[in-house]
Amino acid sequence: MATRQSRSAARLMMAPAVILLLGWMLVPLIMTLLFSFKKYLPLRGGDLGWVGFDNYIRFVSSSAFWPSIYATLVVVGGVLIITVGFGILLAILLNQPMWGQGIVRILVIAPFFVMPTVSALVWKNMFMDPVNGLLAHLWKFFGATPIEWLSQASLQSIVMIVSWQWLPFATLILLTAIQSLDSEQLEAAEMDGAPPLKRFGYITLPHLGRAITVVVLIQTIFLLSVFAEIFVTTGGAFGTRTLTYLIYQRVLESQNVGLGSAGGVYAIILANIVAIFLMRAVGKNLDA
Amino acid sequence: MARAVTRNRKIVNTALAWGIGLLIFFPILWTILTSFKTEAQAISDPPVFLAFDWTLENYGIVLERSNYMRFLWNSVIIAGGSTVLGIIVAVPAAWSMAFVPSRRTKDILLWMLSTKMLPAVGVLYPIYLIFIRLGILDSRTGLVIVLMLMNLPIIVWMLYTYFREIPGEILEAARMDGASLKNEIVHVLMPMAVPGIASTLLLNFILAWNEAFWTLNLTAANAAPLTAFIASYSSPEGLFFAKLSAASTMAIAPILILGWFSQKQLVSGLTFGAVK
Repeated sequence: MATRQSRSAARLMMAPAVILLLGWMLVPLIMTLLFSFKKYLPLRGGDLGWVGFDNYIRFVSSSAFWPSIYATLVVVGGVLIITVGFGILLAILLNQPMWGQGIVRILVIAPFFVMPTVSALVWKNMFMDPVNGLLAHLWKFFGATPIEWLSQASLQSIVMIVSWQWLPFATLILLTAIQSLDSEQLEAAEMDGAPPLKRFGYITLPHLGRAITVVVLIQTIFLLSVFAEIFVTTGGAFGTRTLTYLIYQRVLESQNVGLGSAGGVYAIILANIVAIFLMRAVGKNLDA
Repeated sequence: MARAVTRNRKIVNTALAWGIGLLIFFPILWTILTSFKTEAQAISDPPVFLAFDWTLENYGIVLERSNYMRFLWNSVIIAGGSTVLGIIVAVPAAWSMAFVPSRRTKDILLWMLSTKMLPAVGVLYPIYLIFIRLGILDSRTGLVIVLMLMNLPIIVWMLYTYFREIPGEILEAARMDGASLKNEIVHVLMPMAVPGIASTLLLNFILAWNEAFWTLNLTAANAAPLTAFIASYSSPEGLFFAKLSAASTMAIAPILILGWFSQKQLVSGLTFGAVK
């Protein structure tokens, strides 16, 4: 249908976006790959030549590596479980008839719009401060000793802060998906005497399957690179050094670019494994 | 009888939903309230909720001491600049993919999406180095470019999703009537695409405003936006809860308001059209 002229015009119009993104992807990626095979210490001699896979081996054999994998898994896994679990419950609740639904919706999604540095600082000081924080007051009110959240329960605290930020996202998407559920089907099941838990398990949950997959994949990609929340609260101390934070420290704080770049390549591979599954879920939708 | 049950259920739902909603919103509410307290009241034991002497003092101090306007201006320029630039690059691309699709359109879209998956920390040093070489480290220009590139895939996707819903027949008709490509875009497509472009603009402005990896790592005194300004409060120096709250409230208030308008686009925008 399209003429040859409009087809070449179309290609021309696509060119700026494609070229920019290609450069944005390839140039830094190739540089990271090159650095990862070098001993490169900008403040201590600069480029000291090729070292093969040395950096890759040293990155995974350093004592900080496995703790960082553990921290990453706890943050990603913990936040996913909390946000998807509560997200489903909240979405079901918000889908029920009630007064002031629009306002509740706004209250629930508001945290998503708070910049990460603000939410991290607000939680760190006004809630988790062991002396003046609101949670400390609450603990004292019930006669308990206040917890030093960010040192004694550091990872849990980070999970809590990040979950608060991402719960709105999960809820909103699951709510959108739930609203497209055919209510007649549920009513029919109810008439037939199916108990609520069965209706949820056999009708609602399967219907939400795709939305849950999308939420999990998109959140995983963002959660793998959680940065500001750690930067502002613990600075990577008390076992909160995730893979992203470890790489950041290697590259910018200790200026060991070779080692950090090898870590970066690991992170890129990890993110790509998740991305492949996401692309499949999204790609299916393009054909429809 | 049946109606009474539904009514009771509605009351329970309402109470439960409002309770949970307020609990989730509480940290924001608490921050806003604290920003109007004196420093002493902000940490008083037990905490006061509403019965305090409301004051605007903290806002005055933050505005006066910290060059707040400059950070705000940096945020506006960086978020606004990167979004507008992104739209300018993305509109033609999304247009051609939506109306002159080829066999490779789907692959290109998915590839664009894949660039978004690249973890920023993996390319931190190369970007840092390029910025130093080009002399744009700690400059607004640099951040506009990086954030534009970072959000470009989302912008293209959102626009593509909107453009695809515009019926192609209208464009055909315009073409039949002898409209040139330029006229077709300016007079036929654009008016129909304005709502889609506006919501894309809005969502990406919000994302860029809140971005806190590149803005923290590529700026210092000069180009730091509000994200970095707030992060500078992280070293505790005595009692500063009220001032922290005032600064935080000012940083998030504009986006909270914009966010209310964008909640509909949020879903399809952030899931790349996978959930609608």
